[in-house]
Amino acid sequence: MPRRLEIRGLTRRFGGVAAVRSLDLAVDDGEFVSLIGPNGAGKTTTFNMVSGLDRPDAGEILFAGEPIQRLPPERIAALGIARTFQHGRVFANLSVEDNVLLGAHTRLRAVKPSIPLVGPLAELALALIRPARVKREEAALKDEAREILGLFGDRLTPRLDHLAYSLSYANRRRLEIARALALRPRLLLLDEPTAGMNPTETEEMQALIAALKTRGMTILLIEHKLDLVMHLSDRVCVLDDGAKIAEGTPNVVRNDPAVIEAYLGHSGIGRARSAEAVGP
Amino acid sequence: MTSFIDYTVNGLVIGNIYALLAVGLALIFGVANLINFAHGSVYTIGAYVGWAAITFLHTPLPVTMAIVAVVCAFLGVAIERIALRPLQGKARIAPLLATIGLSFVLDQLVQLVCSPDPRAVPSDLPDWRVSVGGVSLGAMDFLIAAVGIVSAALLYGFLRFTKLGFAVRATAQDREAALQMGVNVNAVNSAVFAIASALGGLGGLLVGMYYNHIDPAMSFQATLKGVVAQVIGGVGNVPGAILGGALLGLTESYGIALFGTSYRNLFAFALLIVFLLWAPNGLFRTGSGVSAEPLVGTFVAPSRPIRLPRWAVASMAIAAFALPLVTSAPYLLQTLTNAWLAAVLALSLTLVAGTAGQISLGQAALLAIGGYASALLALDLGAPAIISVPAAALITAALGTLLVFPAFRLRGHYIAIATLAIGEIVSLVILNWEGLTGGAMGLTGIPPLSFVGRDLDSNRAIYWTCLIVVVIVALLQNRLLGSHLGRTLRAMREDEVAAQSYGVSLDRYKALAFAFGGFAAGVAGAITAHLYSYLNNQTFDSQLSLLALTMVILGGMGNVLGAIVGAVVLVGLPELFRVAAEYRILIYGIVLLLLVRFRPQGLLGTV
Repeated sequence: MPRRLEIRGLTRRFGGVAAVRSLDLAVDDGEFVSLIGPNGAGKTTTFNMVSGLDRPDAGEILFAGEPIQRLPPERIAALGIARTFQHGRVFANLSVEDNVLLGAHTRLRAVKPSIPLVGPLAELALALIRPARVKREEAALKDEAREILGLFGDRLTPRLDHLAYSLSYANRRRLEIARALALRPRLLLLDEPTAGMNPTETEEMQALIAALKTRGMTILLIEHKLDLVMHLSDRVCVLDDGAKIAEGTPNVVRNDPAVIEAYLGHSGIGRARSAEAVGP
Repeated sequence: MTSFIDYTVNGLVIGNIYALLAVGLALIFGVANLINFAHGSVYTIGAYVGWAAITFLHTPLPVTMAIVAVVCAFLGVAIERIALRPLQGKARIAPLLATIGLSFVLDQLVQLVCSPDPRAVPSDLPDWRVSVGGVSLGAMDFLIAAVGIVSAALLYGFLRFTKLGFAVRATAQDREAALQMGVNVNAVNSAVFAIASALGGLGGLLVGMYYNHIDPAMSFQATLKGVVAQVIGGVGNVPGAILGGALLGLTESYGIALFGTSYRNLFAFALLIVFLLWAPNGLFRTGSGVSAEPLVGTFVAPSRPIRLPRWAVASMAIAAFALPLVTSAPYLLQTLTNAWLAAVLALSLTLVAGTAGQISLGQAALLAIGGYASALLALDLGAPAIISVPAAALITAALGTLLVFPAFRLRGHYIAIATLAIGEIVSLVILNWEGLTGGAMGLTGIPPLSFVGRDLDSNRAIYWTCLIVVVIVALLQNRLLGSHLGRTLRAMREDEVAAQSYGVSLDRYKALAFAFGGFAAGVAGAITAHLYSYLNNQTFDSQLSLLALTMVILGGMGNVLGAIVGAVVLVGLPELFRVAAEYRILIYGIVLLLLVRFRPQGLLGTV
């Protein structure tokens, strides 16, 4: 039985710098794995390769046993991998609802028949004629989009037809997750979902992610807020300088000396602080 | 062999001029991230200032050159003030559109002041020629070479060793950081525009002296050549621009040697396309292709479109249909017929540029394809219009999409450059493929529109036909925007990377947008061909493409009703008020400038 996601010997170099070095990582069905590490450790680069936006220099990425490292992003999305972006990439001039509906793009069936060659033309014709089947599909997706937005309480639902650029930063991050959920992902990649959120908003987000986990969703998370990571993860993988330095349950990782060193530097927190105060 | 060397020398001399243009464009792109479409206008004005100085003031050459450089430097500073500084932080496309508007205004002013006729530039250069290894070189050749080398050296020294030069390089690398470090970025921009424009103006003067010929129409070609040279060298790369200029000059010169003068520009644009496709970063940069930043995020001005109630739109349509019943004034009906045809073009462009975010500067080429296809079907195969027009539209959709298909992976400014070049290539192929298109002579005797055996020859019938086409295209496009396709195209415009990550195949949806737009433009082109009964390679020129873009921006990017309003305002109103033709372009330029500055979302808002 192949694992949901399996990364073997993944390497990516930018010029002379190895952003990711022979990384091995696996995620099982229904598992919640977190990827942590200092800035520049290669976490987002890994996400970019898994979602097809970047190509590895070496190594393999298997999704349910299929190699995907050479596939374009749209094919990977069609396989069921959804991701959010570190800095938020919602579609600024689209409404909240349209942003979520776009997330369901890979699930359109009635309007996007898979006929070779004339497929695009058939899609154009169906979009213009809109037979009952197509209308039903669109209506069902709209209902579902509202349901997904409902997960965020009254943060997004009252703003259904607001354009995304008018949302607050935190709401844009929420919208990103809503869009990802609309894909009905078999693997959800979350890149710092609580970046720039205050403690209340972070707690809210944590509850939401916990709910997704309870539903059995397979999640790979990048996050700096260790509280949240330790709370939710089944397993934590720690990257530093492109390489994996530790992996295990939150408890094991928390006490790993290599992890403590990577996070706090060689000489412990006290001296790091005094060095900062003195300045360069 | 001798002639080969002659062509080489000629290529290098012209290449030197291109390099002067490209260096300026590269400097400006470096600090302002802008392709300055008014650069060719500066070049033209440089040529005219030089001509005026020589003719009226009888200045010796060094003084003429100094005057040209100073006047053009001030012009450059003015361009920066108008087209760039007030638009910082606005949509990324805004400064580019502003320079297009400025080029309309400047070129038209030159034409109004100096008349559109060509002028000769008297040269007081000595008439000697020397023969070096069998090649005859004149004083002019040496002068151009000297200006090229001296300005390159001065520029190098300036960028390398002066404080302002440091500031220019710092601003080019990171504008925000330079600003934080106390660099006066505005002063840097002014300085760069001044230097670039002085070089461009000198280039214009030298070309005028070299060919002993200047005319206001040289502007657009100069901009294009400068852009081509710049893309070859790597956009924003100054040494690259010099090499790109030389390479372009040589390619053109050899092309002329092999195929004749009318192929000159074809070679230039073919070279551009080759570089855009295989080395979009130019000769000097290698790496991971064009940047993947979400550049399109602010590409269109964010706004809420104004939604007119249905009954209002319907009653406007009914009024338009009823108009010929009230009046039969042929002038009015013909003018509005032209406006309806322009509206179809604007609808096609607003889908491609506004909805899908692929700023096309070559949309008029689709009209040309449609027009020629329908005309040839009618003339050569005797097809009636009812068959030839839809067939031409299908041909346009297919051919137009195929032609831009290779450019689909380009982004931002590059797609605009590529479509501009593709548009020029279409027009040049029409010019040179005499066997099919009649070349410069064009096609004559294209039969009028007919319907079930009856010619549509009354103004009313033609008016209604064109209006029906507008309404059908608008309704279809509106329906498309309301479907998942509208959402998908707009998502692609907003952020290609995010769209792709959610399963949107960019090629597929860009192709759909271009095919739909191509079909509509093809219908408009075909109908125009039958109405005019005559076509040549200049019937649908690149100015029409830029006019279409102005209509689209006036109405609001992606806005269906806006495109129609834009067409009626820009084509219909000047005609109705009998604005003289030479002032029209001026008005278009001013409208574009004002819009970009004060209402970038257009009259009815971006959709």
